[in-house]
Amino acid sequence: MSLLSVENLQVHFRTPDGVNRAVDGVSFEIGSGETLAIVGESGCGKSVTSMSILRLLPEPQAQFAGAIRFEGRDLLALPDREMRKIRGNAISVVFQEPMTSLNPVLTVGRQIGETLRLHQGLDARQAEARAVEMLSLVGIPEPERRVHAYPHQMSGGMRQRVMIAIALACSPRLLIADEPTTALDVTIQAQILDLMRDLKHRVGAAIMLITHDLGVVAEVADRVMVMYAGRKVEEAAVADLFRTPRHPYTRGLMGAVPRLGVRAQGRAPGRLAEIPGMVPSLKTRIDGCVFAGRCPDAKDFCRLHAPALESKSPGHLAACHFAPKDARPA
Amino acid sequence: MSAASLSLSAQPVLEVNDLRKHFAVAGGGPGRAAGLLRAVDGVSFSLARGETLSLVGESGCGKSTVAKTILRLLAPTSGQVVLAGRRIDDLTLSRLRPLRRRIQMVFQDPFSSLNPRMPVRDSIAEPIRNFRLARGRSDLEARLLRLMDRVGLPADALGRYPHEFSGGQRQRIGIARALAAEPDVIVCDEAVSALDVSVKAQIVNLLMDLQKDHGIALLFISHDLAVVEHMTHHVAVMYLGRIVETGSREALFETPRHPYTRALLSAVPVPEPAANRARIVLKGDVPSPIAPPAGCSFHTRCPSCIERCRTEEPPLTALPGGGAVACHLAGAEGAAHA
Repeated sequence: MSLLSVENLQVHFRTPDGVNRAVDGVSFEIGSGETLAIVGESGCGKSVTSMSILRLLPEPQAQFAGAIRFEGRDLLALPDREMRKIRGNAISVVFQEPMTSLNPVLTVGRQIGETLRLHQGLDARQAEARAVEMLSLVGIPEPERRVHAYPHQMSGGMRQRVMIAIALACSPRLLIADEPTTALDVTIQAQILDLMRDLKHRVGAAIMLITHDLGVVAEVADRVMVMYAGRKVEEAAVADLFRTPRHPYTRGLMGAVPRLGVRAQGRAPGRLAEIPGMVPSLKTRIDGCVFAGRCPDAKDFCRLHAPALESKSPGHLAACHFAPKDARPA
Repeated sequence: MSAASLSLSAQPVLEVNDLRKHFAVAGGGPGRAAGLLRAVDGVSFSLARGETLSLVGESGCGKSTVAKTILRLLAPTSGQVVLAGRRIDDLTLSRLRPLRRRIQMVFQDPFSSLNPRMPVRDSIAEPIRNFRLARGRSDLEARLLRLMDRVGLPADALGRYPHEFSGGQRQRIGIARALAAEPDVIVCDEAVSALDVSVKAQIVNLLMDLQKDHGIALLFISHDLAVVEHMTHHVAVMYLGRIVETGSREALFETPRHPYTRALLSAVPVPEPAANRARIVLKGDVPSPIAPPAGCSFHTRCPSCIERCRTEEPPLTALPGGGAVACHLAGAEGAAHA
């Protein structure tokens, strides 16, 4: 049984000018210790999907359908009290913005210790001792001194390490990392990615990595799911996806990213591939394929009939009528 | 310093000599002493017509301050800015104003850099009116339509307001506004950083097309090295307010000389799962520009630091094949690293 199994998740927001179908029928699974990356551009529903797992969305406005099964229990059906026992414990999260996601008036030690006291019943002294261990685990020098520091006394990279320490304090089975390195400089990003790879082996948590950066995906993910306009359009093992992207949107994304070193290798750079147009509004129902409006291969058929997500080769799903399919049965 | 300032081409449209911008920092509470923040500390470069020079570096290295100081959105502490052979850093604002036509800016955030109460028409017409570029109303209208077409927006966009557009479209509006003044130089301060991948490609292509067709020089400020490699001619790498290495695109990306440049390049995640990652991970963070380290400002994080680096600041030294590097080790033994 997989650790997390999301089944036909829909998250719709009621807004004054109509229903926003932020996530519209998404299913996926994450196994123990596995790293799944969810990629897509702004508004594709990747963050809403992850926030739904922790039930961090405002509930009367957000309407859920489907199921989110974590170790067999449907999180969408749990009472709040049960949900609180899971947050920061079995499932924890690292947000993008280390500047705003820490409490500025508490020492980092207090903030790491909070989850430990709450979930594991440690007293203040034990929690602080464990906080020191966590700080040294995430590579912060002088942890005994730093445990008493406030967030403003730390750099962005340090704060993100603190966020990771908080997230890992209770040894979660699932860590959700929502653009964990997007706000960081590239040399600091390299440090944090190294840290995450290292911790993955040492802690053994499954990671759900939300990102728009295909470079980060290639470095840390085992499997990748590509989202577009609230739907999953492709999913495959990371090497498979980069070698043979099947969905035209995935191919478009890969062509649009300039690659460092391409010129140095003497390959002609040429123009970057553009995906013409923009993401469609999620407030109008789309009957056909969500990508048809921007797809270079779209036919009339695509605009009328939504393609089913089907297996194009073993372990490789794509939602496209015309995506090439291996001859072998999947 | 000035000996090593690059002359990248025979006729620079923009030259910057030993530019400095220091900020006085007030004591901001316990543990924060008053001091002098050397945001830009002796930067020199030149930019030729129709070419792109990219200033790269991490947050706080001073790259945006360089841009703002050139445009005199900030007053320089010292140094010279020469636009098309004419010194502009010491002009009064009223004498500077007509020259601002020739050097325009595209900002990072397309949401905050357009006036939300102005229809697009007014935002783009403003520079045309200010610099009296149009002969009569019909010429203005024709110019506006040409600009819309040039940046790939429909003509009816002129009547709409910024909130009606996506980020990428707003960035096109910002580019149209810069183009409206018919500039020689456009300064792009992280102009594609806030955009989604597919839209970023559209805007990068647009900037390259505009440069090719109009011979505009671009000062491209970015932390995205892959985009820089794709579109630039020359690169200057900044660290703590100074240029530590400069060179042509080929030289800098193929044989980087400065250890910081090498670390920066190796840190970029490559979208190829099978790629060989020989990564140099720098330890620690960028030191505070209020109290920069003695000697070479990079020595606290440098993997190949020697004793001399702690005490003696390396000058930016011209390299035989063009370009320059500020590193004690970047001579013969430095090349062996590359």
